[in-house]
Amino acid sequence: MCTFAPQIGMNMQEYKSIIEISHVSKSFGDKTALDDVTLEVKKGEFVTILGPSGCGKTTLLRLIAGFQTTTEGVIRISGQEITQTPPHKRPVNTVFQKYALFPHLNVFDNIAFGLKLKKTPKQLIEKKVKAALKMVGMTDYEYRDVDSLSGGQQQRVAIARAIVNEPEVLLLDEPLAALDLKMRKDMQMELKEMHKRLGITFVYVTHDQEEALTLSDTIVVMSEGKIQQIGTPTDIYNEPINSFVADFIGESNILNGTMLCDQRVRFCGVEFECVDKGFGENTPVDVVIRPEDLYIFPVSDAAQLTGVVKSTVFKGVHYEMVVLCNGYEILVQDYHHFEVDANVGLLVKPFDIHIMKKERVCNTFEGKLIDATHVEFLGCTFECASVDGVNEGENVIVEVDFDKVSLLDNEEDGTLTGEVKFILYKGDHYHLTVFSDWDENVFVDTNDVWDDGDRVGITIPPDSIRVIKITD
Amino acid sequence: MNKKFLIFLSSRKSWTLPYLIFAAIFVVIPLLLIVVYAFTDDNGHLTLANFEKFFQHPESINTFVYSIGIAIITTVACLLLGYPAAWILSNSKLNRSKTMVVLFILPMWVNILVRTLATVALFDFFSIPLGEGALIFGMVYNFIPFMIYPIYNTLQKMDHSYIEAAQDLGANPLQVFLKAVLPLSMPGIMSGIMMVFMPTISTFAIAELLTMNNIKLFGTTIQENINNSMWNYGAALSLIMLLLIAATSLFSTDDKDNTNEGGGLW
Repeated sequence: MCTFAPQIGMNMQEYKSIIEISHVSKSFGDKTALDDVTLEVKKGEFVTILGPSGCGKTTLLRLIAGFQTTTEGVIRISGQEITQTPPHKRPVNTVFQKYALFPHLNVFDNIAFGLKLKKTPKQLIEKKVKAALKMVGMTDYEYRDVDSLSGGQQQRVAIARAIVNEPEVLLLDEPLAALDLKMRKDMQMELKEMHKRLGITFVYVTHDQEEALTLSDTIVVMSEGKIQQIGTPTDIYNEPINSFVADFIGESNILNGTMLCDQRVRFCGVEFECVDKGFGENTPVDVVIRPEDLYIFPVSDAAQLTGVVKSTVFKGVHYEMVVLCNGYEILVQDYHHFEVDANVGLLVKPFDIHIMKKERVCNTFEGKLIDATHVEFLGCTFECASVDGVNEGENVIVEVDFDKVSLLDNEEDGTLTGEVKFILYKGDHYHLTVFSDWDENVFVDTNDVWDDGDRVGITIPPDSIRVIKITD
Repeated sequence: MNKKFLIFLSSRKSWTLPYLIFAAIFVVIPLLLIVVYAFTDDNGHLTLANFEKFFQHPESINTFVYSIGIAIITTVACLLLGYPAAWILSNSKLNRSKTMVVLFILPMWVNILVRTLATVALFDFFSIPLGEGALIFGMVYNFIPFMIYPIYNTLQKMDHSYIEAAQDLGANPLQVFLKAVLPLSMPGIMSGIMMVFMPTISTFAIAELLTMNNIKLFGTTIQENINNSMWNYGAALSLIMLLLIAATSLFSTDDKDNTNEGGGLW
């Protein structure tokens, strides 16, 4: 799965997969935490599993560690199937988010815990614990009480406790989440250094995209229990596979566009040259432009887009400006500063325009026709314009345009209810994913501002419901 | 002075006043009286005769040692029976409802004498002779909730990641228990031991009822002396017991992490 193996000139032996996860699913009751996940991790790699909270990344890690067992699918470590193996027999060690250092043991005994269980000779334990402490920069802390250590020190001890057992794979569950920014940056560098020196495989779980980009050889982006994209940090950043990844990794402008033909795309009411091919003609696409890839300058002939600066914020190294062009808000980062209300020109180079196929162009539901003017889908009955050629009780496909779905503040006013789950700003409108209480996603385009987690009522006007006969 | 008193009355600290008065009358003064009586004779003269009497009578010392023995046996039995029960109650896989916890604590809702009388009736019904065995049974039965509850509390509050960390480091289920769960539940165990040991060493009602007055515990000796108006000797015996209990509580609160307290009851 990880694509960069061949381009680094190492022999195949070293690039054997150490972890193979194939078609793994995990559900807790009705809730699916992981949905058919397949992933291979190569020996010695630093792999980061990245995603927002609740995306299943921690569940995946816990399945590898053995704290939970898969509902479906198989996990192998070094070729050995370990799907049902209890955690104490797996060749992996974990660094826990809250460290989980034993409060009844001092630093030395915490680190020696695993070695003592393996009946390692005493002198060897002493030597190894000292080496592990040296590795994490905590020499001379052996006999300290773990409660007397700071967060960062506890984290180091937790890492030492894991690596002292020389596992084949080190699992790290958001290990730096509890540390302050400066400490986190230092620890990131140390972890990377440690990974190099130890040469073992690291599987690192985080929700911090910057951390993932800094540390990893390979990033696995997850959302809603599914893997969205696997690739090197550069790949993920420069070629996000869909709008979720683009939005999650770094900042980006995501706009609706139309692929006119190969290498020509139209968005913001202007035609652009680009490098992507093979989307067909007049195909709706998502266009992603990183804010740092846009050039901003006083209006001139070179400008592809012209607009007015709406806001400007100093970010330390650069300025972040929002420019309104033809009704679309575009985020620009540049070292040059333009005042609010200044007229500016924007330019973007063809290879900085990233085109992504739209996953869908309208909502599609499976439904059933109740009678000539009523159709059932999303677990509710909707009134619709009269339908010809379909018998009552027949299964049908229902299509609804994104912008025709209306969301209501008052849940009771809606035909059905749901929760706003994912918000994407598309320059001139928001694209929302609303998870209905009947467990289906409804996608909505709206100009209103909603927050993640808002409870909403959903209605669909009758004339916006397109009922399509299933033909096969 | 007057002003200070007014400030005290208007502050929230004044709410402690009712209890301070109560404690003074019913806790502090009686304790002082015990000390005074223990060191005086019938005529109110200062003396150590009461303590000499205790140390010169092997019978009293024997009862004392025997009481400690019974208390230790009861405490150990409560621990051995109570720990697994607490563990099962706190394990969400084995016990999904809080009702079970209430059921275990339920005996505490019934008066100790009523329970003990019922136990006597039960032993009679099955024609099991009353005696030492019955005594220990009765004590364990009466005091086991005090062992279960604090242990249950610590186990309940224990962060599951400690168990996972131990598993992760290669501990099999037995090792997880011995090396992580047991040491981490020590505060609860200590608390439970105190809760059981202290009442068992001073009880006399259970011994009286369940052994037909055949076995004398230290508590019984004290009660007999007081009942027979030997106030001074009784007070001296009480003081000895008090010191023993004080010593055991000192020993248990010596534990450095008082913050990780044994929960609810103590």
